[in-house]
Formats: sequence, C-alpha cells, structure tokens
Amino acid sequence: MKDLVVLDVSKLPLHGTGMASPTWWATCTFMLIEGMGFGLAIAVYFYLMSLAPQWPIGAPPPDLFAGACLTVLLVASIIPNILVSRWARRRELKKVKIGLLIMSFFGIVPLVFRIFEFPALNVSWDDNAYGSIVWTILGLHTTHILTDLVDTLVLTALMFSRHGDNTRRYGDVEDNCLYWNFVVIAWLPLYGCLYWVPRL
Amino acid sequence: MQEEQSGPPMDTDLDDRELESRLAKTWSTRPGFWGKIACVDHKVVARRYIFTAFVFLMLGGLLSLAMRLQLSQPEARFISPDRYNQIFTMHGTNMMFLFAVPVMEAMAAYLVPLMVGTRNIAFPRLNAFSYWIFLIGGLLLWLAFALDAAPDVGWFAYVPLSGPQYSPGKRTDLWAQMITFTELSALAVAVEVVVTVFKQRAPGMSLDRIPVLVWAMLVMSFLVILAMPAIMFGSSTLILDRLVGTQFYNPAEGGDALLWQHLFWFFGHPEVYIVFLPAVGMVSTILPAFVGRPLYGYMLLVMALITTGILSFGLWVHHMFTVGLPRLGESFFTASSMAIAVPAGIQIFCWLATLWAGKPVYKTPLLFILGFIFTFVMGGMTGVMVASVPFDTQVHDTYFVVAHFHYVLIGGAVFPLIAAIYYWFPKMTGRMMSERLGRWSFWLIFIGFHLTFFPMHILGLWGMPRRVYTYQPELPWASLNLFVSLSSLILASGFLIFFIDAIKSWRSGPPAGANPWNASTLEWATSSPPPPYNFRRIPVVSARDPFSPGNDELTVATGLRTDRREVLVTTIVEALPEARESSATDSVWPFWAAIATSIMLIWSIFSPWAVVWGSIPIAVALIGWFWPKGEAEDES
Repeated sequence: MKDLVVLDVSKLPLHGTGMASPTWWATCTFMLIEGMGFGLAIAVYFYLMSLAPQWPIGAPPPDLFAGACLTVLLVASIIPNILVSRWARRRELKKVKIGLLIMSFFGIVPLVFRIFEFPALNVSWDDNAYGSIVWTILGLHTTHILTDLVDTLVLTALMFSRHGDNTRRYGDVEDNCLYWNFVVIAWLPLYGCLYWVPRL
Repeated sequence: MQEEQSGPPMDTDLDDRELESRLAKTWSTRPGFWGKIACVDHKVVARRYIFTAFVFLMLGGLLSLAMRLQLSQPEARFISPDRYNQIFTMHGTNMMFLFAVPVMEAMAAYLVPLMVGTRNIAFPRLNAFSYWIFLIGGLLLWLAFALDAAPDVGWFAYVPLSGPQYSPGKRTDLWAQMITFTELSALAVAVEVVVTVFKQRAPGMSLDRIPVLVWAMLVMSFLVILAMPAIMFGSSTLILDRLVGTQFYNPAEGGDALLWQHLFWFFGHPEVYIVFLPAVGMVSTILPAFVGRPLYGYMLLVMALITTGILSFGLWVHHMFTVGLPRLGESFFTASSMAIAVPAGIQIFCWLATLWAGKPVYKTPLLFILGFIFTFVMGGMTGVMVASVPFDTQVHDTYFVVAHFHYVLIGGAVFPLIAAIYYWFPKMTGRMMSERLGRWSFWLIFIGFHLTFFPMHILGLWGMPRRVYTYQPELPWASLNLFVSLSSLILASGFLIFFIDAIKSWRSGPPAGANPWNASTLEWATSSPPPPYNFRRIPVVSARDPFSPGNDELTVATGLRTDRREVLVTTIVEALPEARESSATDSVWPFWAAIATSIMLIWSIFSPWAVVWGSIPIAVALIGWFWPKGEAEDES
C-alpha cells in the first residue's frame, strides 16, 4: 500500500503534560480502581453495621487523638502538595526538590500517627466482624500512604539526580501529587466511618 | 533546514525501504532467550497470552470430558467424590479466570493498537508484566491440581464451605490467591486498553469513527476496572478469615455469609459481560466483511454496548434469588435482568439487518457467527426465564442453569471467539487457516454443542442437581446423561479439529497477504503479520472506514523520529495530534517484578509476614523498572 502524506507532526512536543499525557490518564484509571476498592470497603462497613444489633460490636468507639492528628496532617499536606505540582508545571527544579523533601516528610509523619491509630481502635481484627472491617480499612489506607511515600522518595532521589531536569520527570511529579490528593481525599470518608459513625 | 539536519533522525524524506529498515532496528526485539523475556511488543505478548489461554481451554475441556465420563452412568466409580469436587471447581475457575477473561483481553491487546493505528499498546512493560503474572497464576492452580491440592469449593467458593471451619488446608487459599494473580493481570491490561483508546488513536479517528470492536474493548475494560476490585476485596477478606482469623464471613461474630455472595456476584455478573461484550465487537467487525456491506446501526450498537455495560452492574442479585432476600429487592433485580435483554435485542437486530441487506458469503467465520446468533438467542431466552424468581427457585442449582450459562458463554463468547481466530489468524501469523477443516470444526462444534447442552435443560427440569459426582439408578436421568456424554465427544472432536487446523496452518498454511478479507479497518492496512512497528507511517483517518480495500493509498502522517520508539498522542474526543510520546523499550524488569510479586503472593498463603518481607523485592524490581536509563526514549 502506498503512503499519501497529509499531515506533518514534527513540530509537536516530545512529551505532553496533564490530559495530553498517557501517564496522567493511567493514574486516573488506577485511582478509579482503588476508589472502587475504598467504596467497597465502606459498603461492607455499612452492610455489617446494618446486621449488627449494636455498633460498634463489643468495643467502645475508637479513641480520637491519633486519628485526628493524622487527618489534620493529611489535610494540611494538600497545600505543599498543590504547590509542588504548580512548581513542577513551571519546571522550577530547585523548588520542586525542596517541595518533594517536604512531601516526603508529610508522607512519613502520618505513618507515625497511624501506628497509634491501630491500638486506638480498641478492638482486634479477630475479635469480631467490626474489628475485621476497621482493621482492613485502616490497613488498606496505610498501604496507599506507604506506596505513595515510596513513590515520593524515589522521585525525590530522581530529581536530585542527573535525570531530574526533564519534562517527563516534572510530569511524574505532577502525577504523584495528583495521586497524593487522592490518598488524602479518600481518607476523609474512611475517617468519618472509622471514628464518627460509631458515635452516632 | 540547518536545524533539521543537525536534529535527531526523522522519518521525513526517507523512501519506504530505508524507513522500514530504520524502524525495524528501533522497534525489533533482541534475539535470544533474554530478548524474548524482555520483549514488550504488544503483538508478541498478546500472542503468548492467546496461546496460553487456549492451552488452558484445552485443559479445562479435558476436565469436562472427565466429568462427562463419570456422569455417563449411574453410580459410576471412575472418579472419587473428592477428585470430582476438585475437577468441577477447576473446570469453572480455569474457564472463567484463565481462559475467558484473559483471552478476550489478549485479543484486545493484540487488535486495539492495530485498529486505532498506533505502534504499541500504552504501557507495554505493564503488558509484559501482566502476562507473566497471568502465566504464574495459571501454573499455580494447575500445579495444585497435579498435587491433589486443587480447590474443591466450586468456582464461586461460597462461604461457609470455603471458610476456615469447613475447608481446612491450603486448597481454598490457593484458589483465593489465584484470583489475585488473574485479577491483577486483568486490571493491568484494562488500564492499557483504556489509555490506548483514549490517547493513542490515529489522527482523525474521532469518537464516532472508532471501530465497534475497539468500543467493545473499551467498555469491557471499564467493566474490568469497576468489577474486579469486588472480587479482589472478596478473595482477600476470605483469605484473611482463613489465615489470620478475621471474622468477615463468620455469623457467630457479626460476620455474614451472604456478604460473600454479594461481593462475588457484584463482580461475577459484570464478568459475564466482560466476556460477552468483546464478542459483540468481534461479530460486528467480522460480519461486514462477509456480507459485502457496512454494518447496520453503528450508533445503536455502540449505545447498546455502553447500556449493557452500565446495566450489568444492576443484576448481581439474580444469582441470589433463593437466599431469602426482601421481596422488593427481588422484583427490582428481576426487572433489571429483563431490561438487559433490550440492548442485547438491539444488537441482534442490527446484525440481522446487516445480514438481510447484504450478500452473505458462507465462510467459516460467518458460519460461527450464525451459530453464535442462533445459540445466544436461545441462551438469552432461558436467561429471561431464570430472571423470574418463581422459575429460578424451581431450577436453581440444577442442570437447567448449567445448560443456560453454557449457551450464553459458549454460544455468546466462544463461537464469536473462534470466528475471530479464523478471521484474524491470517493477520497474526501471515497464513490462512483451512476452510475445509474450518467447516468440519464448525459443524462438529455446533451440532455437538446443542446435543450436549440442550438435554441438560431437560435434566434440570427433571430435577438433576449441579455438582453431584453421581446419581442413583432409580432416578430417571441415566439415558439422557449417557446421551449427553456421547454428544460431548462430538463437541470435543470439533475443538480437536480446530486446534489441529490452527497448528497446521501456523506451520504451513497458504500465505495470507495484507488484506485477505477485503476489510476496511486499520489492522488490514499493514502487512500480515505486522512488522514490530505496526505501521510504516501513522495512518490519518477521515471516515468511519479508515480506508477502502480497493484503494491502494493510505493517508498518513510524517514527522516522527526513527531513532527512538515514538507514538502519536491525540486528544480524547476528536483525536487531534497533541504530542509525540515515547514508547517503552524492551526490559527484563517486568519479568523480575512479576517473579517478586508471585513469591510474595504465594508465600503469603503460608505466612502473613510475607506481605512485609516480600514487598521489598517488589519495590526493588519496580524501581529498577522505572529508573531512567538515559535512553533516547527518556528525552522530552
């Protein structure tokens, strides 16, 4: 078959950002998968609650302190997160490096509070179905903080390496920020379920 | 001009032969064992996927013959009750998780990039990773079977039977972890297909010009994305109940057995459409080539695909009509189960209209499509019957249901799939399959299928339950069972001829040429089999049929680099060019990541600490995978 050239694309950029980037779309798709997972966890929580004669089953509601501190931290982390994303879009390498260090910090410190959240649930995973679902929800969300933290740490190392100053890397930073926003926003309904629904 | 000469090598101003040799150098896989392991070409990976899935089909088929042997007479003693439980569990699990879903996704991974006119699937390394995960998950299950440790709790592993109390040992854990393997690989391919369709379509291929098959694969991928998390959540909580003592499914501690059924069928019903919608796409694509006229009702078909996809999430409770749910709930799910017959009906009428107005040429692919329409309509009618609660209560867990779902799954998905293999085999291998053997295999499969499965409706109405390893001679089922068992040999011989035809044609079939069926979708605009880079230049599309078979010219774009793997990224609605994006090079890291993931998943059956320690090698492999190697592909 003969080719009839009707279009020249040589002037196009070598990498698109935002909606022009396949990675951005893949990140959204993964958020859809994981959002579905969180949604199911919440559905199971309410399903079990609807069956139980009293809720929580055989335990006082979780202690509030550790969870509240973590939630404040996560919500506060949105501000530097958005800033890092903005700097990455403007390709400001020095600011991005500092911002990623800050975001690494905001990934590690919540984990410290998270360690205290598990005992604060006042129930063990194998006590009853209530214990099982709250431990699962907390565990599932912890996995998300952990994976995003590892991602952030690797990206930070990358931005300090010779590969850093590259549109592709800035795109990765933006996608990582997008994903962190998801991790934070997904936490809010989970937080409501874990700490406040038992107090209703 | 000065600037262009000093820049990287482009495909502009190169003659075809020179361009092809440069692209081949950039896109080819290195030879040798590690070259094959590292390969990320979507066609190679998809071919492996399809081949592996058909091996699993064959193994699953052998299991069904073993069951038919056992049931051919009352009180037979060929297979022990325990082994029989393993066999029917393996048959269902294998056919759904290791054959039906993977083979449909593999067809998507092969065809979608070609049909949208791009050079590789989005995230080709993820694609390679997903294949290794699928392969290892399948081997895990079959190895368990070989060691007499296969799951024995049915393909949907209902609790409490599958819980820690009634299924001690590792059999059910192996089932649950196999689910994790296959769902992981399915989700990975779904993400790739979505992004390929959204962002890598040829310039000009706006939403209303996307081939129906690509639409079908897109909807299927969204179903995978939205449905699979439910089964992953289910199998993970089941394994937690079994291994670390959570109480999700233990009613004594506030858990609930029906929760499992909800989670399973919230996945399990869309699963049927995950398998069926690609078949709709295949039929709609193949039909026009054999009736000599364009498909009737493109818009209707696409709308029906999307509607089916959405409605498929509102049907799951019809699998649970006999568990004692509120009357209102049952009525709702009866209505929604009947409603889904509407888009299915629209599809059937569009195909009939296409056939009616055309001049059908009865080659093998068309025969299988006609067989599909006939069989699927029958399966759909029994589907409408079991959507009614009183009727379902009567036939639940009997052979009537076995007959029904084999009509919709084999009739609705396997027939179109075989049609698709006959149709695209020339593209995948460069060789034609035999028309003579194709006809033999069609008639043996079609007649064998109906003789095998139609009597099961009657057996079911006569009260024969599913999943029994034998029955007593006083029951009136013996002669019909013997008839079914003998008929299954006809069905099996049809499949055997199909496999023989495929192997023979692969080795020595007549050369196919680029476009043996005079079709007008883009995969036929390149050679058979396509080169590693798929298209010499990226096609530019200006109509729903990207090119007409009679015309020897293809409108294309230039301006891509030849020294690195480059694809064109376009906008989501109108497919206007946005960027020249690089496509990942071959890498062994996906393979190592799959090995590390498999070690963690299998180890975790034996110790929960595997999740902690096993994650470290996974992280290492993933970092190795993503860390830039300073290639041209990393430039931006």
